[in-house]
Amino acid sequence: MTILAKHAAYRLAYDALLAHGVDPLNVRFDSILSPTEGVLNGTKTILLGTNNYLGLTFDEDCIEKAVEATREQGTGTTGSRVANGTYGGHAQLESEIADFYGRKHAMVFSTGYQANLGVLSTLVGRGDHLMLDADSHASIYDGSRLGMAEVIRFRHNNPDDLYKRLRRLEGAPGDRLIVVEGIYSMLGDTAPLKEFAHVKRETGAYLLVDEAHSLGVLGETGRGLAEAAGVEADVDFIVGTFSKSLGSVGGFCVSDNPDFDLLKIVCRPYMFTASLPPGVIASTIEALRKLRAEPKLRHDLMRNATRLYDGLGAMGFQTGPEANPIVAVTMPDQGTAGVFWKMLLEAGLYINLAIPPATPTNASLLRLSVSAAHSVQQIDQALDIFADVGRKLGFLPSDRRRAAGAL
Amino acid sequence: MRDEIAAIFEQVLGRPVAITDETDIVEDLGMDSLGVMNFVMAIEDFYDLSIPLDRVAQIQTVADLIQAVNDLRNEAAA
Ligand SMILES: Cc1ncc(COP(=O)(O)O)c(C=O)c1O
Repeated sequence: MTILAKHAAYRLAYDALLAHGVDPLNVRFDSILSPTEGVLNGTKTILLGTNNYLGLTFDEDCIEKAVEATREQGTGTTGSRVANGTYGGHAQLESEIADFYGRKHAMVFSTGYQANLGVLSTLVGRGDHLMLDADSHASIYDGSRLGMAEVIRFRHNNPDDLYKRLRRLEGAPGDRLIVVEGIYSMLGDTAPLKEFAHVKRETGAYLLVDEAHSLGVLGETGRGLAEAAGVEADVDFIVGTFSKSLGSVGGFCVSDNPDFDLLKIVCRPYMFTASLPPGVIASTIEALRKLRAEPKLRHDLMRNATRLYDGLGAMGFQTGPEANPIVAVTMPDQGTAGVFWKMLLEAGLYINLAIPPATPTNASLLRLSVSAAHSVQQIDQALDIFADVGRKLGFLPSDRRRAAGAL
Repeated sequence: MRDEIAAIFEQVLGRPVAITDETDIVEDLGMDSLGVMNFVMAIEDFYDLSIPLDRVAQIQTVADLIQAVNDLRNEAAA
């Protein structure tokens, strides 16, 4: 019995997976060859679960800028911007993000996780009301616990349920902040943002959208779901990350709020952690430039996403509600999901195994994420591997349907 | 009120349950975190109120739940 014995239930769940020979937390790549390929136990493996939406991790220009900045300014800032000051790159990145979103202000954090911690714990405080979608990302839940606001959870993607809860608060003092995500990270479903914006207007609440998985993915110019839904004017704060479509690491928040600069002196997850190193900032600035200059990346991404989503659906796999770069295949149970995942890996396909409690509705999922950098051949190869493993495990729904029909 | 809560439990769990004030919602009824969330939302619908997450975290027994619902109703009426 050690101090960690209190987490024994997690050990049990993990051991159950290990008993199937499945160890999703111990995937060690020998090397990474490109945004879409790595080497695993000596085998070339297609990467189809890395959120590398625009495939910019190996972009020559991004690498060049990172190397250049590292040579000129060093490997790290060795402290926060409050303590060690702002480098030119930090300020430039903030002004370019603000410009991209057409907003007055932007603020860069060291990760997207910290952006949510910082913003959610600061925008609302004691006596305020924070309205969270039940399927919110861990960083949103954790941000809600760092602050002092009352936290109310509404049913996933359900504007009516949100409205009902805001109406119950009628007459109570304090600000209301609604938090939703552009694309939900597990099932790839989008928020009904027009309807949420309507509720926001109706009730006088503020609206924050986390575009972590939709930046560079949705919208005419890649600004995300708010742009795609045509409701940017209703969104008071946008949070996002550099760790997915921009291929680096870091988080941000943009807004037109006239007091935005206050965040930089009250937001603890901004003030008490080291700022991003120059190399990361430089590659991010270049990646954002590519995102803006090359809409083809987004089109290639959606072509691949649709091909994968349609292909899996046609085979009879149960996928999420819409074709997006995140494609989730629902498995009947955790054991099957684990074995399926392991067989895909052995066949040269890396995806994510997503099991409770990390998934909504306690489903066990095979979670795939597509990149603009995947070739059509790689998508087809992934589909072939899926079909093959599905047949080997004897549960391709078409087979089951045939079996059921025979009864 | 306990009968109303028992009926909501049955509706969420899909099986009859016997509860007392001391019934531990997670331990005795074998609910996982998703079950608890669905149950809390059904309670919220029935009594037309929202139970903030910090209060949900404090609820362990049926008596705790009744207390929380009563407190929230009184606060709303005040
Ligand atoms: C919705 C959402 N918000 C925030 C984050 C955190 O991003 P980061 O990896 O930059 O910490 C993630 C991804 O992990 C996410 O899915």
